[in-house]
Amino acid sequence: MASLTSLTLKGALDGLEAGDFTSVELTRAHIEAVEAARGLNAFLFETPERALAMAAASDARRALGAGRPLDGIPLGIKDLFCTEGVPTTAASKILEPFVPHYESTVTSQLWRDGAVMLGKLNLDEFAMGSSNETSAYGPVINPWRKSGSNQALTPGGSSGGSAAAVAADLCLGATATDTGGSIRQPAAFTGTVGIKPTYGRCSRWGTVAFASSLDQAGPIAKTVEDAAILLTSMSGHDPKDSTSLDVPVPDFAAFVGKSVKGLRIGIPKEYRVDNMPAEIEKLWADGIAWLKEAGCEIVEISLPHTKYALPAYYIVAPAEASSNLARYDGMRYGLRAEGANLTEVYENTRAEGFGDEVKRRILIGTYVLSAGYYDAYYLKALKVRRRIAEDFDSAWEKCDAILTPTAPSAAFGLGENSNDPIAMYLNDVFTVTTNLAGLPGLSLPAGLDANGLPLGLQIIGKPLDEGTVFSVAGAMEKAAGFTAKATKWW
Amino acid sequence: MAIDAATVRKVARLARIATPEDRLEPLAQELNGIMTWIEQLAEVDTDGVEPLTSVVHAGLPLRDDVVTMGGDADVVTANAPKSVGGFFVVPKVVE
Repeated sequence: MASLTSLTLKGALDGLEAGDFTSVELTRAHIEAVEAARGLNAFLFETPERALAMAAASDARRALGAGRPLDGIPLGIKDLFCTEGVPTTAASKILEPFVPHYESTVTSQLWRDGAVMLGKLNLDEFAMGSSNETSAYGPVINPWRKSGSNQALTPGGSSGGSAAAVAADLCLGATATDTGGSIRQPAAFTGTVGIKPTYGRCSRWGTVAFASSLDQAGPIAKTVEDAAILLTSMSGHDPKDSTSLDVPVPDFAAFVGKSVKGLRIGIPKEYRVDNMPAEIEKLWADGIAWLKEAGCEIVEISLPHTKYALPAYYIVAPAEASSNLARYDGMRYGLRAEGANLTEVYENTRAEGFGDEVKRRILIGTYVLSAGYYDAYYLKALKVRRRIAEDFDSAWEKCDAILTPTAPSAAFGLGENSNDPIAMYLNDVFTVTTNLAGLPGLSLPAGLDANGLPLGLQIIGKPLDEGTVFSVAGAMEKAAGFTAKATKWW
Repeated sequence: MAIDAATVRKVARLARIATPEDRLEPLAQELNGIMTWIEQLAEVDTDGVEPLTSVVHAGLPLRDDVVTMGGDADVVTANAPKSVGGFFVVPKVVE
């Protein structure tokens, strides 16, 4: 039998059901993999005792014939989800030493369905970053390397720990969050599958807030089917989140493998950006060919406001962040620095606790919301946001799903973009539009570049139409036949 | 609308982030770089466009105005830097 950590989530569920191995065996194999991979810096906290206890409980349930949808499956949890009794940091010094007394809705649903928690995964501080370099605990290192090179590459961000852990077979799937591309870009950089569902599919309750009108949880997994299984468990209405959608959750896995014949796939001409590497252009063309082969109709569409999405995002997201992060004042939880008076305590606490990128975004957010600039910047950005959403509304008259590259490059070296904020922000050029419009977007690995690094393609769907996204992704996964794995060096 | 050191000082104060004097000028340059890039939004015709604040098209749900949880002062204050007897202890506000 192949090693237990090389299984897919679905393969592991089948093996558990068949009695080929127990959850305790499966979980122990993953705990050992996690311990052996500390050089990747993917986990901030390991919870092996809890994992083994959850695994034993799962085995007991299964023995009684009461198995649940994810029973016995070891998962990693992005350290943005509050987990009862386990430290939650958002990769920031300002929350140290925060231990939640409650469980986020998304993780509680995973445990309800029988999953096992291996630990908490590293990320960019407060999910603000595209390379994992803003983490207060040091960046995650991508398990992938360029062929013949030892250079440390970024796993992407902000869900870099989630993507690296899945790519390195440390867990069978992971939770992640996506505000501008934080699930999909890391998935593309690590050869994994990640989906940001429709805004409101997953409850935001108990997830550390960055930009509330954009934040959405979703899974990172090894296959399209695994991502569908995880998303089914993570989704659902939650009265504790007023933006949570009260709509039925379909069995997303049932859409994987469905025929895509006759579906109209939109190709947005505005996504052919300047300086796009020829390899990504080629990969996109491959994707189009695969879908044609599968019986899809390819239609050219126009999303004319695409180039304004990132600038609009860098007003909306920092504005919401500056408001959300006002809560870190050193009074109720986390760090408290000394000061001569109350204002100084606030100022010193936040100066010490926040990293440079978080401070930068709070300052931008405060600036664009301040008197005299609100209309010129914030209101303007919200109007542009509507223009971007309207672009998609028009596109849906011509197509059923949209195919684009996920990111404008393959994984880059740690430190290569960290001195140029705008160059870093451009990582999200293809992903941020769906956050602004609230649409589902999935990234799947579609090929390798000349250096042997994975590249991803993105499928964007209509609101609440994750089903079609999974069907298209399933067809592409089959056609791409992507089986490459990072060569183990850690 | 260039951002200068004085603007950074004011905004940092509003955001309650202590910022040393020698960081004001470099921060002003950094923020200017980002804001200049953002200025391209001015090209978009948004006359008569309603601002989009939420992509969820439904109205906000209401619930009955009743206490649903509470009485857990110890739990609420468990992560506080300082607390006594179920109260947060904060620096003196009134001199």
